[in-house]
Formats: sequence, C-alpha cells, structure tokens
Amino acid sequence: MTRTRILPVLLLPALLVNTAYAVENHPPLANPILERRYQHLTEEIRCLVCQDQNIANSPAPLAANLRYEVRRLLFAGASNAAIKRYLTRRYGDFVLYKPPVQPDTWLLWFGPFALLLIGAIIILFLIRQKNRLYELEHGRAPPS
Amino acid sequence: MKRRFRYLIGGVPLVFVIGLLVALWAGLSHQPSIIPSPLIGRSAPPLTLPRLAHPGRQVTRAVFEHHVTLLNVWASWCVSCEYEHPTLLWLKRHGVRIIGLDYKDHRAPALAYLKKHGNPYVEVAYDRKGLATINWGVYGTPETFVLGPRGHIRYKYVGPIPLSVARRTILPLVQRLRLDETRS
Repeated sequence: MTRTRILPVLLLPALLVNTAYAVENHPPLANPILERRYQHLTEEIRCLVCQDQNIANSPAPLAANLRYEVRRLLFAGASNAAIKRYLTRRYGDFVLYKPPVQPDTWLLWFGPFALLLIGAIIILFLIRQKNRLYELEHGRAPPS
Repeated sequence: MKRRFRYLIGGVPLVFVIGLLVALWAGLSHQPSIIPSPLIGRSAPPLTLPRLAHPGRQVTRAVFEHHVTLLNVWASWCVSCEYEHPTLLWLKRHGVRIIGLDYKDHRAPALAYLKKHGNPYVEVAYDRKGLATINWGVYGTPETFVLGPRGHIRYKYVGPIPLSVARRTILPLVQRLRLDETRS
C-alpha cells in the first residue's frame, strides 16, 4: 500500500530528465556571429515530423538533417532570408514557425484584431442604447 | 427600425458560434501530418545518388525524362512501406514505371527487403544520410511523387498508398499524363 504511494514520488525525478535529453548537438560554430544566426534560425524552423517543435529542440533525425542543412548554408554564406527561402521552396511555408504576412495568412495575423474591433463596436453600441433607455425613463442623461 | 437593429446585434454571437462550429467541424477531417508540397507543378529537383544495387553507378534527374514516372521514397526499416508494398507491385503490374529512393537505410537490409517482398522498382537511388532527399521536401517514408514525361512533379502522396488511391487516382493520372505526352 505505502509502496504504491511512494512509487510516483520516486518517479518524479524522471520528469526532470526530459529537458536534459533534448538534442544531440554539434560543437558551437567557431564564428560567434554565425553561431548566433544558427541559433536564431533553428528556433524559427519547424520540425515537420514533430510539428510543435522547432528544429533546435527536436530530437527527430529529420530535424538533425535540417540543422545540418542550415549550418551548411551558413558556411556557404547564405543570408537568413535565403536560407528560409531555400527551405520554404522545398517544404512550404509550414516549415516556418512564424508564418509570413501574406494574403492567405491575413486572417491569421489580423483576425484577432478584427474580432477585437467588432467586439468594441458592439459594446459601444450597447452602452449607447442603455444610455438612451435611461434618458427615456428618467428624462436626463445617466450619471457617468 | 430600431428593433430590427437589435435583432441584428443578437444575431452576431449566433453567427459567430455557427462559424466556429463549421471551422471546428472542418478541422476534424484535416490531417496536419500531410503537408502540401510546394514542388507540385515544378520540375524535378536534382537527384544525384548512387544506385542501390550498383554503388559505382549513379541515378540522376535524367531518369525522369521521356517517361511518366513514380518516385517512391521507402526504407527497409519502414513498417508502413511494407504495408504499402503490395500497392507498388500492383502499380508495376499495371505498367507504371516506379523509381525507388531508399531513405536513410543500409544496402544489405534494403536489398534483402526487395528480394523478400519483390522489387517494384526499375531503379533504386540510395540516400544513405537522407540529405539529398531534402531537395524533394521529403520528411518521412513512404512518400510518392508522380512525375510527368518532362520531369515535372504532378502529384504527391504522403504515407502508404492504399490500393483504392492507386486504382482511382494514381493509375488514371499516369495514363492521362501519358496521353498528354503523345498529344504534344
């Protein structure tokens, strides 16, 4: 009985191991500027197998291959934009964690603001209506 | 006039909820693991790899010229490829030309796999590290491309092809592409 209660407690440290295991990594690039760009890029590129991870954090073999490609292109002198273009030409926009602003993603980017605007207009309308009702009943404007 | 306007306001949440339901309903049939390929309609990306059976010789993009071809990405370790295999053999029996692309595999088990299950491929390119395949936007196995006679990618299927899809979609597409070739 007590043993079964202790077991989850004993297993608790296993939860911590998760973060330690993440990715087999390459030695940092000798050039610190390239290394910084490498970190930045791999965080913005999606692993297509484990779709909610970027390739910097994914242990999947495909992510390792994509990291290798990013390093290869960095060494070849490609710009960040060129590297992203290289990947989107092959895998589509989905490979980018942050979708580009373009007509088919307008809803995604501006939709929430549009909803906010609609909500604000409705609230404004309702307040005005309430005020008008108050005026009709009391013959004067509501105290603000 | 005013009352009608109030009804309109009351209708906004209703429309919103209906819209949300429709979106969620549509989401049920959406498979996020299938990513549309931006390569469709474009010419075949470079493919220069050693042959599986003859390491000294190479497969190049030229294999796609003058023929309607399927490029099937597979591996001997891939369970769903084994599941797909009968479909490939069926396509071969119906005269479809299939090029294999052996992905992140080793030669011996790959050759043994073909010996055991039958070989549907006219040629197999061997991508040991899976790096050449990045040019094709491949992210798993199996994946299958259909290429027109001028080496343009016309169609992509992600995952094992069910026999029904081979019968209803892929074989008719191959036949149509062949017709296009004779017409032009």
